[in-house]
Amino acid sequence: MTGVTLADIERFFVEEAALLDEWRLEEWLSLFADDGRYLVPSLDQPQSDHRTTLFLIADDRKTLASRVRQLLSGQTWAENPRSRTRRLVTNFRILDERADSVTTTANFAVWRFQHDATDVYVGRYVNVLVRVGAGLMFRERRVILDLETLRPHGKLSFIL
Amino acid sequence: MEQRLADELIIDDRAGGIFRVNRRAFTDPAIFEVEKREVFDRSWLYAGHASEIAKPGDFITRRVGGRPLILVRDRTGAPHALLNSCPHRGNIVCRERAGSGAQNFVCFYHAWNFDLDGSLAGVPDEASYTPAFDRRAMGMKPVPRFENYKGMLFVNYDREAEDLITFLGNAREYLDYMLDFGGDDVEIVPGSQAYSMKANWKLLIENSIDGYHAVPTHYRYFVQYLNDMGADNSAWLGQRRQLGIGLALGGGHSVIENPQRRTPVMSTADDELAQIRARLVERYGPERAHRIADFSRNLFIFPNLILISNWHTIRTWYPLAPDYIEIDAWAALPRDESPALRQKRYENFISFLGPAGFGTPDDVSGLEGCQRGFATCRELEWSDISRGMGKEQPSSQDELQMRGFWRRWNALMRGERGPTDCSDRPPAAHRAAAE
Repeated sequence: MTGVTLADIERFFVEEAALLDEWRLEEWLSLFADDGRYLVPSLDQPQSDHRTTLFLIADDRKTLASRVRQLLSGQTWAENPRSRTRRLVTNFRILDERADSVTTTANFAVWRFQHDATDVYVGRYVNVLVRVGAGLMFRERRVILDLETLRPHGKLSFIL
Repeated sequence: MEQRLADELIIDDRAGGIFRVNRRAFTDPAIFEVEKREVFDRSWLYAGHASEIAKPGDFITRRVGGRPLILVRDRTGAPHALLNSCPHRGNIVCRERAGSGAQNFVCFYHAWNFDLDGSLAGVPDEASYTPAFDRRAMGMKPVPRFENYKGMLFVNYDREAEDLITFLGNAREYLDYMLDFGGDDVEIVPGSQAYSMKANWKLLIENSIDGYHAVPTHYRYFVQYLNDMGADNSAWLGQRRQLGIGLALGGGHSVIENPQRRTPVMSTADDELAQIRARLVERYGPERAHRIADFSRNLFIFPNLILISNWHTIRTWYPLAPDYIEIDAWAALPRDESPALRQKRYENFISFLGPAGFGTPDDVSGLEGCQRGFATCRELEWSDISRGMGKEQPSSQDELQMRGFWRRWNALMRGERGPTDCSDRPPAAHRAAAE
């Protein structure tokens, strides 16, 4: 995809991280193309395909839109009261460039605070981005966690 | 002392219709110690599935009933459940989570090595031992009891325990429905869920067979998600909802059984599911096919195993403390299904279940909330589990299926042996007195 620089990629990563930490989830959802997917592989199958492996999350855009609506509704008890989160996103790289898309990656650490507990989620993002108009949009947002288990986290109820 | 400990924990007034559990049962470390000995160390515990060690040399390691185990298939194809601790000096022998093509196991500490059936194959510098050293007695120790029911591998740490079929009792019929639903053997699919809960292990039992909590706790699924998917949710809630039944099966096992209510993802698989149903009729006859295919069930097998047919999950858990459990869950699906149907089953599973589904995280949050609430257990002593007492047939929104668990738990905690009456029926003596 011509004309996309590492600086563009970094800005995109940093700005979407801010949307998530500020719970501006509808704005974040609007970054997804119609065929966009939000994927979190199971922790014991980090390099796998959601069509042939049980994932933790394999949302298409319609399901992701429902996830966002649920999270903002106040009736998702796992996130009411909401978690506080803070994510550090770094080590940006461009992995692959195609005519219509660019595959990018970044490392993350997300701290999550809720009910007097602190949990840390560590891993990397792999985003497949497409250009729409002047901006970039997700065709795929893949969250590959380095954790071996979700213990003692217990749940992944906010958006990573 | 144990009798006194347990006597104070349950109020089971069958004539009056009141059932209460003292909240110390969820918090007291002394009770937890008795539970490990009297419940977990005497019961058959689900360890894994034969499909996870399908070929000779395949192995998995996991903690079952608090012990590290290796489940392995040896060169002859026989499965073994070995305690994963070196008989020499104790080190964990196999440190991988899973693997295939294993020839032997080697403890790295002193390089003792073992055949896949656990027998000791090699000891460096064996000549330095006396003649009393018996290599044959120094193999990796198998679990005391190990049985396979239709591919489900169970262990028991009590050498004197009844056999698995006897233990399963009336739950076996329902377990068969759970395993036969696809008209083919099931297998564990890739991608497992390993999570935790800061809550007592018995809270997850109650929750897993609790129809009453479904709509308030899981409003986001039954109202928001189903609406967002354009699904008809009238079978699940409101005036036209279809209520099922709750059963205490004896032995502490329980089931809730509802009319089959199709989820949004599986509604897109009507043709495939109709074909499977036709195969079930062919194989088992119309009545049994009806029992298998036209109901959804949550089957609890005492003391820590749940199978849920809507999502085809096998889930087990074990407490590390009164207020903390480790949970493992898998999807068990028919072996030869089409890739397209498989993918739908995956999407269906994670739409509700697992640490990021639209159901499980809210259960985790709720049960952790119960546990935090139990800090008041000296002032607020009892949890009430009386719903549906006195009914001829309690519904799946009642709590007979939980009382069935608690009655068995209570009997074991009191050191009682033999069968337990898990039903709501007043004992004959009470009935006679009433007449």
